[in-house]
Amino acid sequence: MTRCTTRNSLLGLLSVLALGACRKKPETTPAPAPTTVEVADGSASRGRADSLAAAASRRRADSLAIARGASGTDADGPRAQQMMKQTLVQVIYFDYDRDVLRDDARAILDAKAAILVANPALTLVVVGHTDEQGTAEYNLALGQRRAAQVKRYLVTKGVEEGRLSTQSLGDSQPAVQGGDESSYQKNRRAEFEPGGAAGVLVRPRT
Amino acid sequence: MPFMSIRRALGALLLLSAPLVAQDTTRGVRIGLAYDPASKPGVVVLPGKGVGADSIRAIIHRDLDFGDRVNAIVLDPDALGEASRAASPNWSMLAKLGAAAAVQVTPTATGVHLAVYDIAKQTTALVRDYVGPPPVQVRAWRAVVHGISDDLEESLTGTRGIARTRVLFARSNRLWAVDSDGEQVTQVAQTGTPLSGAWNPAGTMVVYTTLIPSQVVVKDLQSGVERVAAAGSGVFISPVFTPDGSTVIYGHGVDDGVDLYQSPATGGVGHRLSVGHGSDNVSPSLSPDGRRIAFMSGRSGHPEIYTMDADGTNVDLLTPLEFGENAHRAAPDWSPDGRTVAFHARVGTTFQLMTINLRDRGLKQLTSDGRNEDASWSPDGRHLVFTSSRSGAKQLWILDVESGRSRQLTRGSGDARNAAWSPRLIAN
Repeated sequence: MTRCTTRNSLLGLLSVLALGACRKKPETTPAPAPTTVEVADGSASRGRADSLAAAASRRRADSLAIARGASGTDADGPRAQQMMKQTLVQVIYFDYDRDVLRDDARAILDAKAAILVANPALTLVVVGHTDEQGTAEYNLALGQRRAAQVKRYLVTKGVEEGRLSTQSLGDSQPAVQGGDESSYQKNRRAEFEPGGAAGVLVRPRT
Repeated sequence: MPFMSIRRALGALLLLSAPLVAQDTTRGVRIGLAYDPASKPGVVVLPGKGVGADSIRAIIHRDLDFGDRVNAIVLDPDALGEASRAASPNWSMLAKLGAAAAVQVTPTATGVHLAVYDIAKQTTALVRDYVGPPPVQVRAWRAVVHGISDDLEESLTGTRGIARTRVLFARSNRLWAVDSDGEQVTQVAQTGTPLSGAWNPAGTMVVYTTLIPSQVVVKDLQSGVERVAAAGSGVFISPVFTPDGSTVIYGHGVDDGVDLYQSPATGGVGHRLSVGHGSDNVSPSLSPDGRRIAFMSGRSGHPEIYTMDADGTNVDLLTPLEFGENAHRAAPDWSPDGRTVAFHARVGTTFQLMTINLRDRGLKQLTSDGRNEDASWSPDGRHLVFTSSRSGAKQLWILDVESGRSRQLTRGSGDARNAAWSPRLIAN
């Protein structure tokens, strides 16, 4: 982390995604909602809505920055390549018993979509997972729904349908073991397996 | 060798005893015991003589206890010693213990000799000889003993027991089957991450789905031959046989929800039954007459139980629609008498087993201890096997829905789930 922040000022943007990108494994907790909000007009609810929107757009900008390689001097270098690959496989998370894409998930998917659009040979397998609550059978269907939801979203972002495929593993392959909510949250996820493109990835245009 | 000879021998016994059945509407022999119909008849399983008699006695005593229809009386060591020394039943002692009947099993060269005594009349009510494999063929031998337990329960109460049944379940990405008393766990399927399965009506085959590759497989348990009934991309989930055994029904979906499909059990062209418009439609369970299918659908926004005709028409919401994001009713299983459907529902932060009466749609909650889900009816319609977390890890438990008594069926390590109770087994 120290190595990371000293190296690049862009990453000082407080992004969980950027922090994750510096590690080998992506960070597994979703970006937290901001806690400090300046409310000019005194309307708490509006302030919160604004701050959520601001946080979402900040996350999106961060993700795009990572997707672009995060460094202006390192355009197609190994570091940018590495970051694009990390973005492609970055896990997204879901709420309990839901297939709805959360804002943090959309931000990550936007970054993936940009790379996919810039690299037409790339394909992506979306694998839906669930926590262990409910029957194995229900969870298999839920995992399939999550993967399908991700695919639909990526298609709306301009990725050709034929390059995306879906799979569900239900609750058969938890990311972490454990019967508590924090384990469950880490297991309600979609994982990604890129394929198709060999060699150097093209950076998405800004 | 053993299967045919056992079946033939049993058949011969049933034929021989047929004249005794004349006054009764149930199958097999019915002993006219004198006991208070409001209570369960007391039965003592007497110690037998000969090698293996003790283990036969223990198995039968436990089967009768697990069957929940008779009161299997436990003998204290004094009474046990006295009974084993006695040449004939000690009528007064047995009467004092509250026994309506006493059972004695004696191993023979070819199987087991059974005698049933009527305590009130002080007579021998029934004598039978069972032909079985040698005890070294443990599973087949135990199956014969379980069959004796079921005959006994039928003779004593008029309803056949469920000792000679097995439960199919998933654990550690494999499918297993276990005897109704928790013994004889054997592997049924191991490759391709098998998920869940169900029995054919004869108990000679199972249908199950695998994750990788995604497919529906029908396996003949005697020959071990496996045949793919359906395959393709996406998921295949929750397969069942139709009551005539000709067809399998399962959930299948790719990117547009999961719908119910049916295929010939021998493989062939499948076709869609449910129209879920992108929702999940899984866990089919057929009515005993095969005319209706209960299933779980998320079409209203959250999982509820629906029924439809076997051809997919006349869809009806079965469970009373509950509003709110956390409502969750799933895993329906139609009772063998056709009158109720068991399922699990979210109660607070956990799942509990419920039944819904098809006549008046009355709901009954059956469990409250731990998380209980995914129930399957026993062939006598009195017991449910289900997944419960009440002991910590997920294990299979059996509940007597009439008395509320429950017992743990599986004890191995790893979560045991997706239980499916077999029909009564003739040969296995």
